Amino acid sequence: MRQIEAAQVTQAVKAAAIAANYEPGADLLAALARGAETERIPSGKEIFRQLLENARIAKEERIPMCQDCGLAVVFAEVGQDVRLVGGDFDQAINEGIRQGYGEGFLRKSLCHPLTRANTGDNTPAVIHTEIVPGDRLKLTVVPKGGGSENMSRLYMLKPADGLAGIKEKVVTAVQEAGPNPCPPIIVGVGIGGNFERAALLAKKSLLRELGQANPDPEVAVIERQLLEEVNCLGIGPSGLGGRITAMAVHVLMQPCHIASLPVAVNIQCHASRHQEVIL
Amino acid sequence: MAKTVKLTSPLTDQDVLQLNIGDTVLVSGVIYTARDAAHKRLVDLLAKGEPLPMDLAGQIMYYVGPSPARPGRVIGAAGPTTSYRMDSYAPTLIKMGLKAMIGKGKRAVEVIDAMKAYKAVYLGATGGAGALISQRIKAAEVIAFPELGPEAVHRLEVEDFPAIVINDCQGRDLYEQGVREYRRTAAR
Repeated sequence: MRQIEAAQVTQAVKAAAIAANYEPGADLLAALARGAETERIPSGKEIFRQLLENARIAKEERIPMCQDCGLAVVFAEVGQDVRLVGGDFDQAINEGIRQGYGEGFLRKSLCHPLTRANTGDNTPAVIHTEIVPGDRLKLTVVPKGGGSENMSRLYMLKPADGLAGIKEKVVTAVQEAGPNPCPPIIVGVGIGGNFERAALLAKKSLLRELGQANPDPEVAVIERQLLEEVNCLGIGPSGLGGRITAMAVHVLMQPCHIASLPVAVNIQCHASRHQEVIL
Repeated sequence: MAKTVKLTSPLTDQDVLQLNIGDTVLVSGVIYTARDAAHKRLVDLLAKGEPLPMDLAGQIMYYVGPSPARPGRVIGAAGPTTSYRMDSYAPTLIKMGLKAMIGKGKRAVEVIDAMKAYKAVYLGATGGAGALISQRIKAAEVIAFPELGPEAVHRLEVEDFPAIVINDCQGRDLYEQGVREYRRTAAR
């Protein structure tokens, strides 16, 4: 068994939370640059230029890309040959979030659902832990903004609805979201599993490098078709009208019950932030 | 033809009546921040007949919860939050003289109607451009509800703060016009 100290987990999560908010990924920057190039509508082109400038300022001047530094979603892949010592795993992650959001001057955006009193340190994180082969620990910190999360949807379709029904729901979700979730967006779609798994698939699909197709050619075709349909809606960057409403559609799919066809649409704003660290 | 208009707060009826959807506005002067929790507090104060922390006449409300300022800085990132969550409160504030709201995303019919009736506008700032927008904020001070943290009401001094007119006093909607213009049918 390989031992990993809880304090190492805390340090890694803290650094990842800060980096995720200040340093846009190369894939996102490339997609924004592509957008500035290919969006034909002047107002939309201008939005892409502003977002590139925003990303530059964030990195150089150490201001978060977006003031909504997100609810911290943490995906943990724990190698089965790893033994955590010196503390509780979830506590170690939450301590990393607490320190990262405090020392990194990130906004604390979590509150009691009814009293709305702020928890003060952006905890608790939403942690998804998976046991995988090996002796490594992979942590991915995903600060998720509230505006785009609010526009996300889950549908329990009938098997008879089929692919046409799935597409209709995805397009409807994006259309109803309109300008609200800060387009140009990334659309994460989970197909299959069950009620909670579809949502998790949709969220996980957002971790993929932006615009990279699903390795399954059948799913990759669905992604391309959905992107084309979503970008016919005319919403455009910032919702001011335009060709590029979504920069990408990512789909993950897995088997479901013979009675069901769950579909989840997790909308991600253009401030797509995720930072991975392997211990 | 869309135009660029420089405005300094507080605003007059004339200031907002000249604006059409799609115009760019560069705002200077004082604006106030409020989002979900602060709006509830403001409207609760009014319901109890108590005074507000600011005089709303001619003012501009910015829907934002900024990130904390680093030492030596005025403010952190400060882009707009989604406005529909303030829709149930906005008509009350518009009736009290609020002249402009800055946010992002669609507004309810009730808010658009109130803007028409009381001569106010809704301006869109670029969502997710929090670092860029923060550069136009020259001073920031919490003036009410500090216990709300990022949701506290701030008094901001801004210079040429850029926004686009989404809803004008005629009840028009830039988002709807955009979609009408650029919507296409997918090739199947």
